[in-house]
Amino acid sequence: MSEHDQERERDAHSGTATTGHEWDGIKELDTPLPRWWLWVFYASIAWSVVYMIFMPAWPALPGLAGETDHTRGLRDHSERANVAQAIEELHASRASGFAALEGASIDQIENDPQLLGFVRAAGEAAFGDNCATCHGSGAQGAIGYPNLNDDVWLWGGTYEDIRTTLRYGIRSEHPDTRFSQMPSFGRDELLTGSEIADVADYVLSMSGRAGDVSAEALARGQETYDIQCASCHMPDGTGDRMQGAPNLTDQDWLYGSSREQVINIIHRGPYGVMPAWEGRLNEATIDALAAYVYLLGGGEEAEGAANGPTGR
Amino acid sequence: MSTPQVLRRAGADPSTAVVLLITFLGALWSLFAAAYAPEAAMRGQAWLLLGGFLTGIILIVGTIANGGVVNDEREYNENLVKAGAIATMFWGIAGLLVGVVIAFQLAFPVLNIEQFGFTSFGRLRPLHTSAVIFAFGGNALLATSFYVVQRTCRTRIAGGIWPWFVFWGYQLFIVMAATGYVIGITQSKEYAEPEWYTDLWLTIVWVAYLLVFLGTLWKRKEPHIYVANWFYLAFIVTIAVLHVVNNLAMPVSFFGARSYSLFAGVQDALTQWWYGHNAVGFFLTAGFLGIMYYFIPKRVQRPVYSYRLSIIHFWSLIFIYIWAGPHHLHYTALPEWAQTLGMTFSVMLWMPSWGGMINGLMTLSGAWDKLRTDPVVRMLVLSVAFYGMSTFEGPVMSVRAVNALSHYTDWTVGHVHSGALGWVGFISFGAVYCLVPWLWKRKGMHSKALIDWHFWIATFGILLYITSMWVAGIMQGLMWRAYNELGFLEFSFVETVEAMHISYIIRAVGGLLYLSGAIIMAYNMYRTIKGDVKEEDENVIPQSAAVPAE
Repeated sequence: MSEHDQERERDAHSGTATTGHEWDGIKELDTPLPRWWLWVFYASIAWSVVYMIFMPAWPALPGLAGETDHTRGLRDHSERANVAQAIEELHASRASGFAALEGASIDQIENDPQLLGFVRAAGEAAFGDNCATCHGSGAQGAIGYPNLNDDVWLWGGTYEDIRTTLRYGIRSEHPDTRFSQMPSFGRDELLTGSEIADVADYVLSMSGRAGDVSAEALARGQETYDIQCASCHMPDGTGDRMQGAPNLTDQDWLYGSSREQVINIIHRGPYGVMPAWEGRLNEATIDALAAYVYLLGGGEEAEGAANGPTGR
Repeated sequence: MSTPQVLRRAGADPSTAVVLLITFLGALWSLFAAAYAPEAAMRGQAWLLLGGFLTGIILIVGTIANGGVVNDEREYNENLVKAGAIATMFWGIAGLLVGVVIAFQLAFPVLNIEQFGFTSFGRLRPLHTSAVIFAFGGNALLATSFYVVQRTCRTRIAGGIWPWFVFWGYQLFIVMAATGYVIGITQSKEYAEPEWYTDLWLTIVWVAYLLVFLGTLWKRKEPHIYVANWFYLAFIVTIAVLHVVNNLAMPVSFFGARSYSLFAGVQDALTQWWYGHNAVGFFLTAGFLGIMYYFIPKRVQRPVYSYRLSIIHFWSLIFIYIWAGPHHLHYTALPEWAQTLGMTFSVMLWMPSWGGMINGLMTLSGAWDKLRTDPVVRMLVLSVAFYGMSTFEGPVMSVRAVNALSHYTDWTVGHVHSGALGWVGFISFGAVYCLVPWLWKRKGMHSKALIDWHFWIATFGILLYITSMWVAGIMQGLMWRAYNELGFLEFSFVETVEAMHISYIIRAVGGLLYLSGAIIMAYNMYRTIKGDVKEEDENVIPQSAAVPAE
């Protein structure tokens, strides 16, 4: 102990010497570094050095680390290569399933338990990340976005129809998109407000929803319907899938079934858009998605489906 | 001892003229920007700036007309610290309130009100982060550093009117940043969202802060510089460097809000996270360690545990921290070697961080009973405990394998908040609880029971917050990576969001509790300043405003 040390004040509680300095009443003890602290610090440095030796760690001058601009480490590790390999392995694990799906008819899919399981898994994953945003995570739909669980289809519900819809979209920017447009009867002043109200009452009466409406009003509504609406929705209101014109006699209402909602939709004219997925998803995924949607419950048998695979 | 030299008046000081000139030039620029800015939002900002600068000019001219600032070298400048303490409390509540709002928005998205763009999460989130870090934390650092540097250097703060310029200039920066966010002005860099003109203003203020601090150290009457001041100085210097480099940008026009960053792509990302991580390291760690090193030994009246540890952990902390930023960019376009460096330096940072914790906790040796009797000590000590926990969790999360699970999840959010609510929040509240009776010369706070209530409500809030975020984050990470046996993702993204709903509600409630604690504190502080102090608190040792004679 030096002379200086002996002069220093000792802390009565711990018996440790202070440093002899004081700031605004604060003193400092001259306690040595805790050993465990020091050794863990050394250990973490040692571990880091070892890690740096084994893994890519330092930028290097050109030529000093071979082809690369950094030290590659003894393990010559490359995370980029690992990712590429993992993706390749994933694709490989799915390859046999997609191979079986290619060209398979919906009957073949339904009758092959293994393929069916594969399609459900592939379709569910693709649906969750691409379709659920609009159609809902349970495919239950929302106002303006069709429910895919029921057997109501605007443009057809066969496996092939669903594939076409998926591939080209509805009113999308794809040149082969399915397209039709209902006029904005009110906004474009094709019908007056009272004419729209009458047509709405008449349309609601088709599914037994008309409220307390006079026979005259219904007659006026039918007159307008026959001129303006029947060409697409058919005189009996059952709709036309070739034009994506919905059936007005059932209990399924894409934009709501209240009188106000029906009036609103006749006024503005709906313009629902579904994007084209061709080019964004590969063909195999589109097939799996189409089969998945088909199998949600509402898929329709194609005419002559027993004749073998449809499609490409 | 009263000599004419010690009673200087800043009215005649040339430094006042410089402040006046800066304020005048600022007002001139704002006037032109208000007239010629291409965006309506920027014209709004310019009017606000003009208002700020004109108020400044009026105040300075008024002060000069009344004979200038009295700069009595025999007394510490306590008004400056009082202003800082009040600003800390004000911005703290504002920032926490916005945090609670956005936490409820995450649980119930309908609270993003479509008609009012400024209520969207995207605009309120930077408002929350900047308000709590820079407005609340920044004012806590300004207030305490101005207090500590004077006391431990045994001299009045240097620079005449300049410390006031720093204080009010910083408030102007906060207002500019906050109003900019809600009207949609942002450069989209996390924790550095303000645009170039606000950044330039902060640079001027910050350089002034550095000079004031250095000037005070320069004229100190103590032979050595106290450890708290090393940490404050490291914080001020490094933040200056980080702020300037990360915000290097070319404005599109002289009066417009938009600018383009000097950096692009992965270089931009790395610069941003070099900045972002060291904002944590030097703003939220080094600066607040400065607070700890003064307020804990002062409050418990015990010597600092180990001088040697303070030296070693100070230098190792500041040397190692500056490298750790790349761990924010694991598994990205950032080259792997840079990720390795970020990760290993983060692991090496563990013990240097814990050095501060050991020194903070062990300073209580011989005074552990104060944990029972003094709620302020309890708050300070729990703060250090949270510091220890989050500086252990940080290195763990920086390990690439762990990060593969934790990255982009709410685990990160929980980690940040154990540091922010536990460490930064509690050490600041604790320091303000110490400062208020000292500054306003009261024998204690208005109510010791309310400090206790604050402590327990806020602590419970923190626990709800971090446990719900651990659960949410780890679950989210596991759900994202779950594959079924056929090689497809088990869960869609929206299912992971759905699964976290309950955790989000618990988190929001935790935040609400923490805010409630702060409101209790504000009330307690208000009553104390008003003078409603009934009982004497034996833990409050009165601090005289007079500078002790040599």
